[in-house]
Amino acid sequence: MRMGMTITEKILAAHCGAASVRPGQFVECAVDFCMGNDVTAPLAIKAFESVGATEPFDRERIALVPSHFVPNKDIQSAEQCKVMREWAQKHRIRWYFERGEAGVDHALLPEQGLVGPGDLVIGADSHTCTYGALGAFSTGVGSTDLAAVMATGRIWLRVPESMKFVYRGVPADPWVGGKDLVLLAIKRVGFDGATYKAMEFTGGAISRLPMDDRLTMCNMAIEAGGKSGIIAPDSVTEEYCRGRCRRPYVFYASDPDANYREENVFELDVSGLTPLVAMPHSPDNVAPVDEVGDVRIDQVFLGSCTNGRLSDLRIAASILKGRRVAKGVRFVVIPATPAIFLEALRAGYIEILKEAGADIGDSHCGPCLGGHYGVLAAGEVCLATSNRNFPGRMGHRDSKVYLCNPAVAAASAVAGKIISPAKIGIRP
Amino acid sequence: MVSNTIRGRAVKFGDNIDTDQIIPARYLFTSDEKELARHCMEGADPAIVAVMRPDDIIVAGRNFGCGSSREHAPVSIKAQGHPCVIAESFARIFFRNAINIGLPIFESPDAARAIRTGDAVEVDLAGGMIKVGGNRFAFEAYPEEIRRIIAAGGLLNAVRETLRSRGRPPQPEVGASGR
Repeated sequence: MRMGMTITEKILAAHCGAASVRPGQFVECAVDFCMGNDVTAPLAIKAFESVGATEPFDRERIALVPSHFVPNKDIQSAEQCKVMREWAQKHRIRWYFERGEAGVDHALLPEQGLVGPGDLVIGADSHTCTYGALGAFSTGVGSTDLAAVMATGRIWLRVPESMKFVYRGVPADPWVGGKDLVLLAIKRVGFDGATYKAMEFTGGAISRLPMDDRLTMCNMAIEAGGKSGIIAPDSVTEEYCRGRCRRPYVFYASDPDANYREENVFELDVSGLTPLVAMPHSPDNVAPVDEVGDVRIDQVFLGSCTNGRLSDLRIAASILKGRRVAKGVRFVVIPATPAIFLEALRAGYIEILKEAGADIGDSHCGPCLGGHYGVLAAGEVCLATSNRNFPGRMGHRDSKVYLCNPAVAAASAVAGKIISPAKIGIRP
Repeated sequence: MVSNTIRGRAVKFGDNIDTDQIIPARYLFTSDEKELARHCMEGADPAIVAVMRPDDIIVAGRNFGCGSSREHAPVSIKAQGHPCVIAESFARIFFRNAINIGLPIFESPDAARAIRTGDAVEVDLAGGMIKVGGNRFAFEAYPEEIRRIIAAGGLLNAVRETLRSRGRPPQPEVGASGR
């Protein structure tokens, strides 16, 4: 009898033409879609040209997104974007996004229906694991791997072991979101606990979870070292994908007899969960927000591929309505895509945030990686809705980054210190 | 290509050295190897970096190269002249990138824990051993598929071979997503 497979194993098997695959096996897979950005694509293009490739494998299946150092922050970043733009023009790359239509890469691709359930997606950016929220196998690689994919449409992969995180219960705290659920998993397994593994999120709390929160969760699989994060598609997925996905999609699910090693299964009761904060200098250094102590902040960043989506802006606006950002705090807000920006504008969120004193940027990765638009000085403290807080991530090596959900970010911007909305009497 | 023995002085870093420490994001505006080499490990502990020499063997704890997928990280290490990296463990994307660009990396928890800054280290590739003082530590052998990439001289050579053998860039097989 055939052994049951996990959702990840099924997707990989389908893409390497095998009836089944097992963890540890090396497979060569067909890639449905690949992506690069202004940091990684120029190196990939250089590599693509150096192997003598003349045409990309499929101009409809490559996305190139200027997202990191844009609008061009200096001459060198302008040159990088130019390399990408000219190569895209030369090869008539269908999904090259110019500034104005581009946004944060991992928010943009799902929104534009370019990736969907059952896909195998390869991206030259570590947060490519985001698309697992749709039920795709999706993982980050470097530029040379991307070059190989752009040239051949294929990639070698080692089939990962699957870890299963079963979220039991429904959080009673209204301010708990996908960010807190994934921080809990990262805390549980540690910063390298999921290395080479697929993190499958499941259980009652996940089946009720909106797509924005699912994207947040899978986005941070890499912060536990995960190769991928994945959530089996369901009615929430169907609702998100219907009329949006540009290619036919397939729903996969793990078999009841799929093989998870005992040490790879985690039961997490989240009924009593409160908002969490990852403290410097690691995403696994996690504590409930009420236990981080008195931490004054210089900057709050709301945005990124982790939490720069419409629901994140809605939460922040609901908290900042009629309130002001604390004196001495810089509140940087960056809607992750132009569509999100426009929807937030029409819904009045942008006006609320602006009136509260936020600095609003136009759909790029912003200060998340310390490149521009909100870089930290020595000794400064930032509370961010992004995904990483390693030393120097957002600027000077002696700056500090705390990570949290959008509600805690907004409440803290008002208070000038890290605090939960509940603590200052804000209710949804 | 890598010779059969790598020798060098060790410089030791801790756990969780992420790519922001190997090459801070503010230098990612360039793909120029010399420029990247100039800033190699600039974001790491300044006390360690102060004693590091360009030809030192980098030794680290768990999860070396975690964080962003930037290939600039192994590129900067290789371009700076560090002959190899020995760590208790490597983050997955860094591992792929290092193999793909031909930076030798060795996973050996025992060796990584034992080695101290300043130690003379010898890596015997054929014997699968790391020698430090009188001690010998085995390192994890690469699986066959990865050895093939290394033997080809990196992933790009392997791709070059694929393109040549097929005459033209191949179309992907029809996958599961019903295209």
